Amino acid sequence: MENSIQGEQIIQDLLPRKFKTGGKVWIGVLTAICLVGAYAYYRQLRYGLIVTNMRDYVSWGIYISNFVFFVAISLVGSLITAVFRLLGVKWGTPLTRIAEMIAVGAIMFASIIIIVDMGSPERFYNLFLYGRIQSPIIWDVIVITTYFFISLLLLYYPLLPDIKILLRFKEKYSPRLYKFYRWLGAFWKGDHKQYLLSKKAINALCIAIIPVAFTIHTVTSWLFATTYRPGWDSTNFGAYFIAGAFLVGAGGVVVAMYIFRTWYRMDKYITPEHFDKMGRVLVLLSLLYLYFNINEFLTPFFKMKESEASYLNDLFTGSFAPMFWFAILTGIILPVIILLFKQGRRPLPMFIVGIMVVVGAWFKRYLIVTPTLLHPFMPMHDVPSAYRHYFPSWEEWAIAMASLAGTMLVITLLCRIFPIIPIQETIDHNHETVK
Amino acid sequence: METENNSRRDFLLAGLAAAGLVAGCSPKKSPFEEAAAAEGAKPSGKTVKLLSVDGEVVEVDEAFLKPVPHMPPVSNEEARVGIPGKKFVMVIDLSRCKNLKKCQEACNHAHELNPGHNWIKVDPMQGAEHTAPYWEPTTCMHCDEPPCVKVCPVDATFKRQDGIVLIDSDRCIGCRFCMAACPYSTRVFNWGEPDIPAEIKSQPYSAETSIPQKKGTVGKCDFCADMTRMGMLPHCVSACPNGTFFFGDMNEDSVTNGAETFRFSELIRDKAGYRLMEDLGTKPSVYYLPPANRNFPFESGLENDKTQNS
Repeated sequence: MENSIQGEQIIQDLLPRKFKTGGKVWIGVLTAICLVGAYAYYRQLRYGLIVTNMRDYVSWGIYISNFVFFVAISLVGSLITAVFRLLGVKWGTPLTRIAEMIAVGAIMFASIIIIVDMGSPERFYNLFLYGRIQSPIIWDVIVITTYFFISLLLLYYPLLPDIKILLRFKEKYSPRLYKFYRWLGAFWKGDHKQYLLSKKAINALCIAIIPVAFTIHTVTSWLFATTYRPGWDSTNFGAYFIAGAFLVGAGGVVVAMYIFRTWYRMDKYITPEHFDKMGRVLVLLSLLYLYFNINEFLTPFFKMKESEASYLNDLFTGSFAPMFWFAILTGIILPVIILLFKQGRRPLPMFIVGIMVVVGAWFKRYLIVTPTLLHPFMPMHDVPSAYRHYFPSWEEWAIAMASLAGTMLVITLLCRIFPIIPIQETIDHNHETVK
Repeated sequence: METENNSRRDFLLAGLAAAGLVAGCSPKKSPFEEAAAAEGAKPSGKTVKLLSVDGEVVEVDEAFLKPVPHMPPVSNEEARVGIPGKKFVMVIDLSRCKNLKKCQEACNHAHELNPGHNWIKVDPMQGAEHTAPYWEPTTCMHCDEPPCVKVCPVDATFKRQDGIVLIDSDRCIGCRFCMAACPYSTRVFNWGEPDIPAEIKSQPYSAETSIPQKKGTVGKCDFCADMTRMGMLPHCVSACPNGTFFFGDMNEDSVTNGAETFRFSELIRDKAGYRLMEDLGTKPSVYYLPPANRNFPFESGLENDKTQNS
């Protein structure tokens, strides 16, 4: 009896809520950033990529670093949902939906930003007409599409029991939203047969998504590692990218956890214990990423091969040094130090560390793409002087920021429509602990 | 622009024909008179000086020059296949280059390239601190293991059976993976709308002439595939007054800069020819002869460098 009351309380706490003023302002700001980005993209379509500051040497700029960033952050969906589920980590349950929403939002904008980077986006269909399997770009197209659909299903299947609960409160939503819920999940009766089928499907997807997640980010690293260039020509790249991806994704989840906890007053469901445990996960992931960073930089630094020396010097002590050491310190080393202390794993410090990890990771992606391109084998000589350095134009910033805002907008809208924390699973989980 | 191009081509073709005929007939009697009489042309009295392939100057009456019809560009399918039995190769003699950039000028003109879009670059190179600096012109290396072709997702850049690597600008999606992949940094992107005359812009794109360049696609040296199809030399080769560039067919084992012709294998053997970044395994079709016994001091090229790179 007591359990069912508790169940009703959980439902009331976790049902999606309408935006209040803060939420509306948030949506407004994000939409405004997206609109500025859309205008910048209109200019880019009209005049060509000349509106960017990319030129023949730095032929990939912040669009591509944003792409890598998005792919990286989307891996968290597979970490929290699949890895935790398969390992039987029960405390992760309230975080799975947040992780999947971030994954879906990020992977959507990863695909969008890669189209934005194309010089002739109107020929996108050529990838399907003339695609050649030997090109890593085609591998990326295949695995990103696969990953997107698996992530979508991993968001959807666990939602079905929750939608059944949502449908009980018809009076709470607009008719259109109610219709949408019906369209999504009216078929779900929640009987034993359906439950078993869904459980099987979720398990199968959890197993399938892990190799796909590894592939998507490994292939993304191969866009660089299959070239000859100093800084990219590395066998360490796949593992280095994946370690970094899990770190930034976990950082993103921590940030989202804190925001939902304070804004939606979900202290009961996202507890300091969750932060503490995510803190430990972050330490592990930071150390792992640090390890791959040392692998990536120490051996070339030790040898200082002629072709790599100017690139490495530029990173360690040259024009990219402030950004490089900022990214390493803020994104990897300081988080480890802060999170080693129990005080550092409380919600607010965790939130700050989460932001540090995400910001550090963004700059790290910039450093992976740009400095290499400014250190080609041949001298950057017989070209206009503007080709020899790179700082993104306002259009590039506007579009890059719009893609980040767009991701957050998608996540926000998903939170508006669906319960941020799985209701049914929380109820079941409570049952088990009470028993 | 178009008419000027035509007239130059006619002129050159006539020159080649003239040289061939001069070589075949007795020197006393002009072979043109017979041919001209057969076609009813009367000598005008004005003569034109032409350069034969042997490097000999011959005088021919203007009236005997006949316009040669414009060769229609080959179809896209043919351009992808290449010329059967050929394996084109270039040799760049570094001892002859003084950074005059006539090659670049001719190339940019022939391909209607905008300023800054240099398919040929001339770089000052210095192997090590105490080694002598020299000028190094670079074109596309037309690698036999081209990294750009490997990474192209849509087969827009392709390798032909005659060794030339070309670009189909009608197919290129502008992802610029090929630019990242090319260790020679030879590829150039059309970031904006290329500034070219409307009548050229409206032409259908030909992979062999690489004309017209298009916004949002990649361009690069094409070894003047249209010229080689006509049995003529690429523009950079004929433009260089110092004869730095040699071009030819590996299967015939001969290369020429227009004035001098060498056996390719002997030239490479005797002058210790080499290729750039051999260790990468790209197997370029462009060979370099080391800058030994220079024709010009390195400093003579500095003045020209300043104007270009200010």
